[in-house]
Amino acid sequence: MKFSELWLRSYVNPALDSAALSHLLTMAGLEVEAMEPVAAVFTGVVVGHVVSVAPHPDADRLRVCQVNVGVDALLQIVCGAANVCADAKVLCAMVGAKLPGLDIKKAKLRGVESMGMLCSARELGLTEVADGLLLLPSNAPIGMDVREYLHLNDHLFTLKLTPNRSDCLSVTGIAREVAALTSCTWQMPVFDAVPTSVDAVPVPDISVSARAACPRYCAQVISGVNVNASTPAWMVEHLERSGVRTISAVVDVTNYVLLELGQPLHAFDLAKLHGAINVRMAHAGEALTLLNEQEVILDDDMLVIADASGAQALAGIMGGAASAVDVTTTSVLLESAFFQPDVIAGRARRLSLSTDASHRFERGVDYAQTQYALARATQLIVAICGGVASPVTEVLGDLPTRSPIRLRPARASKILGIVVSHSDVGDLLKRAQFDYVDEGDVYTVTPPSYRFDLTIEVDLIEELARLYGYDNIPAIAPVAALQMLPSTELSRSVDSLRNVLVGCEYQEVITYGFVDAGWEADLAPDVIPVALKNPIASHMNVMRSTLMGGLLDVLQTNLNRRQTRVRIMEVGHCYLAQDDGYAQPLRIAGLAYGDVVPEQWGMAARNVDFYDVKTDLINLCLPHILRFEAASHPALHPGQCAAVWLEDVQLGWLGVLHPALVQKLGLVNAPVLFELAVMPLLASTVPVHGEISRFQAVRRDLAVIVAQNLTAQSLLDAMHSAKIDNVIDIMLFDIYRGKGIDFDKKSLAFRVLMQDNQKTLTDSEVDAVMANLMTLLQQKFNAQLRS
Amino acid sequence: MENLEKIVASAMHDFAAVTQIAELEQVKARYLGKTGLMTEQMKSLGKLPADQRPAAGSMINRAKEQIQALLEARRVALREGELAEKLAAETLDVTLPGRGMAVGGLHPVTRTLARIEALFRSVGFDVAEGPEIETDFYNFTALNIPENHPARAMHDTFYVDVQHLLRTHTSPVQIRYMESNTPPLKIIAPGRVYRVDSDATHSPMFHQVEGLWVGEDVNFANLKGVVQDFLQRFFERDDLQVRFRPSFFPFTEPSAEMDMSWGDGWLEIGGCGMVHPNVLNHVNIDSEKYLGFAFGLGVERLAMLRYGVDDLRLFFSNDLRFLKQFN
Repeated sequence: MKFSELWLRSYVNPALDSAALSHLLTMAGLEVEAMEPVAAVFTGVVVGHVVSVAPHPDADRLRVCQVNVGVDALLQIVCGAANVCADAKVLCAMVGAKLPGLDIKKAKLRGVESMGMLCSARELGLTEVADGLLLLPSNAPIGMDVREYLHLNDHLFTLKLTPNRSDCLSVTGIAREVAALTSCTWQMPVFDAVPTSVDAVPVPDISVSARAACPRYCAQVISGVNVNASTPAWMVEHLERSGVRTISAVVDVTNYVLLELGQPLHAFDLAKLHGAINVRMAHAGEALTLLNEQEVILDDDMLVIADASGAQALAGIMGGAASAVDVTTTSVLLESAFFQPDVIAGRARRLSLSTDASHRFERGVDYAQTQYALARATQLIVAICGGVASPVTEVLGDLPTRSPIRLRPARASKILGIVVSHSDVGDLLKRAQFDYVDEGDVYTVTPPSYRFDLTIEVDLIEELARLYGYDNIPAIAPVAALQMLPSTELSRSVDSLRNVLVGCEYQEVITYGFVDAGWEADLAPDVIPVALKNPIASHMNVMRSTLMGGLLDVLQTNLNRRQTRVRIMEVGHCYLAQDDGYAQPLRIAGLAYGDVVPEQWGMAARNVDFYDVKTDLINLCLPHILRFEAASHPALHPGQCAAVWLEDVQLGWLGVLHPALVQKLGLVNAPVLFELAVMPLLASTVPVHGEISRFQAVRRDLAVIVAQNLTAQSLLDAMHSAKIDNVIDIMLFDIYRGKGIDFDKKSLAFRVLMQDNQKTLTDSEVDAVMANLMTLLQQKFNAQLRS
Repeated sequence: MENLEKIVASAMHDFAAVTQIAELEQVKARYLGKTGLMTEQMKSLGKLPADQRPAAGSMINRAKEQIQALLEARRVALREGELAEKLAAETLDVTLPGRGMAVGGLHPVTRTLARIEALFRSVGFDVAEGPEIETDFYNFTALNIPENHPARAMHDTFYVDVQHLLRTHTSPVQIRYMESNTPPLKIIAPGRVYRVDSDATHSPMFHQVEGLWVGEDVNFANLKGVVQDFLQRFFERDDLQVRFRPSFFPFTEPSAEMDMSWGDGWLEIGGCGMVHPNVLNHVNIDSEKYLGFAFGLGVERLAMLRYGVDDLRLFFSNDLRFLKQFN
């Protein structure tokens, strides 16, 4: 909502300067988004009358003017503007005037004395473009300060209004609010209603089929109007300072009343309407060409004003082109109506429209002001365009009711945390100009017709707080019983996972939840991604089913910025469609690329590989023991990919990016990636102390030769699951292929740790354990002892 | 006896000439060994008359002790020399960089969230979460924003299907939490939210922290107190002030815009208010008995102010040079 401060002050004029007024509005919830002066700062410019214009003796483009500025002597002023002429009323900056960036002094221009300057609009900061001298109307009073004459001591206010305050979508509405905030008096526009004439063209028959949607419909015909009359300067000024272009007198009046009173009006060209008028719901699929030439196809929940030939206006949103007022119009049918907010709400948006009318109707227009606004518009049209007005036709249904609300001062105190006495409440209600009855311990308040946001007690309490001033409510620390929050050791936090990876040199990144569908197709071709109906860009059109895409994107971004070593991780949700909605598992994923350690003097450079990252994963998941199984994943190298398991749950994947993708992304090396489900990793246990043996542990090594394709894990699993007494740990410490071993075989060396809690193990006991293990491996895997 | 003094002097000279411990043992034998000079002196005692023997014996013993002391002193000196040499040879350039891995770091948004969580936990707020693909019901309807309400236009919403959308705020977590918990309750709900908006000051995805306190005696002044306390602690500025301006959110009444004093002016920091009775009634909490307040803070906004970041887009550019500044 944009308006001129002077216009507002014509209805309410508190003793506050512009800045204080702006602060008052902002602190009352009518946020002033912008406040700008209508003109630059200048002084000493008055209305001048050019009495004569003579050529300059020494310059073709200059003229020597004699200008009357209301003092005894004429001023001789040299002027270079092409449009200067005798008898013109102009802006005259006198000697001593201060203009933006220019002080006017007595001067000689090519030998001729000049006692001031005639100004263009740009020189006074009124417009951006210079278009010669600004010429004033012939009745401009000579010698009057132009700041006063052009009302330039004014500011343009732009309010950012919340949707509940439709009552402030007009200058008088804001005036009423300012009056409540400052306890000043205010007034509505004063005018004499036009007497109606039985000789005027009558209003066509009007019926309202959609009674609930349109509880009040008023219309009046003004016939014999001159639509080409020019809009008076004061109205043009108000409209322009509210950001509204002038179009034609009749349309200007409807816009003016909209701004003044908040009532949207519509003017039909009566000659273009056929037969009776009906306010009805649209037929589904009904077409209507709007004033802006847009053809819309209507739904059956949209309200229209129709005549015998069909819909002529989209009620509360925009009129139709076919019945629009144009230069040939001689009679207008002026409509002022109340449409229910919920019948208008959302409809304009559905048609990609947003109009001043729909903006107001969907928030609520004062239904008590329908007739008044119509009378105001008719008065202005007749005053400007002439014509005679018919009697008003009103079709009235069930208007909204305002139910009385019980307001307890004690409740207000409890909610606001300040003491609001009974009499305080009464005073605030009086200032708010609400109807109320003091019933002793409570007030019964009936909200006004222009407030659609006051329905329950707490709504009124907010009003009290607003008028009392939110700023006057102190900040008080709450008082509550002290109780510690539970803290379980049975789970750990997601942050603890992040911190493990930070310790492994991963840098956390945060990427968008929506990604390019192309990435998804590459990385998770088996998943149909969750698509957005209205993506912000085509490369952010589906929800990710894997975090890998975002990590690869960050990798590329950083490689393009000449980073050669990238270790990144992200914790975030992925999104998967399922029968009853969407699964949104939280995952943790990482990517490592480039040198395994930062470039340095102390270690040979080599690229990070599968096993480096595997260690990171194992550390990440401790105390859980992970299992890795060879598996295949469409995004990962078929021979360097593991499914990661925690007991019988597959947590996710670890692997090297598939060579095809490495090539597609133009990478020099293959990044190692992992992605795991977070929730299973968060489970934890309370540690329980166990006995530490006083007896020495015995270490023996066992080297066996087995088939090349056997996994180390299968041997370890077999030895562990045999649960041989006294074995406390078995670890693989060497792998050998090559000389001395058949080409299809490999040697695996295990370190076996044995210990007893009760005694030192004897050599024969140790030998027996080792023999047991060897027999087991021989039987299960055909392993041979490596000598 | 002159002889003894000569022997001691000679031993001193010989010991001093030695540079290795092993060599010293050989030289030692020359004086103290079985056939050494001092042993010979002792043997020569027998040739003296009996009455001279004790005096001569004690002189020999004294000389022997002197030689032993000289030997030990030389031994210590040589050992120290050898150690010093060894240590000198082992000296490192301690200024060389350490070997192996460095450490990574957390994203500044995570860091900020952790800070926010820690502050609220310190006064007993629990942390709750909810889904990012949310239903229309939880994101809007349960928060008193019916279909076609103009407030929906303020939330440029990403839709996934007719009933599902990307949550536009963390407020639906309030509803989910209140559905399954009974008052008094005190939570914050951090998380990602989405709006169809993208420029230097808007990101289509960003983070919010929702706060909710429902109890029998919480009020609007307490809301101001909690928010002010938080901001003072977060920015480590005791003079920081909070200003409330009336605003409108369908799920709170009274509602306020929160401004924070910053430099010479005020900065918008989020929205808040007393939980609307309709919202409490929706989740079967007696709105006459219980009151609640709720607030929503923009995490990136806080991080920008705290760390002097001037462009919101940097957070999601994931430029390592940017991220590493926060390690």
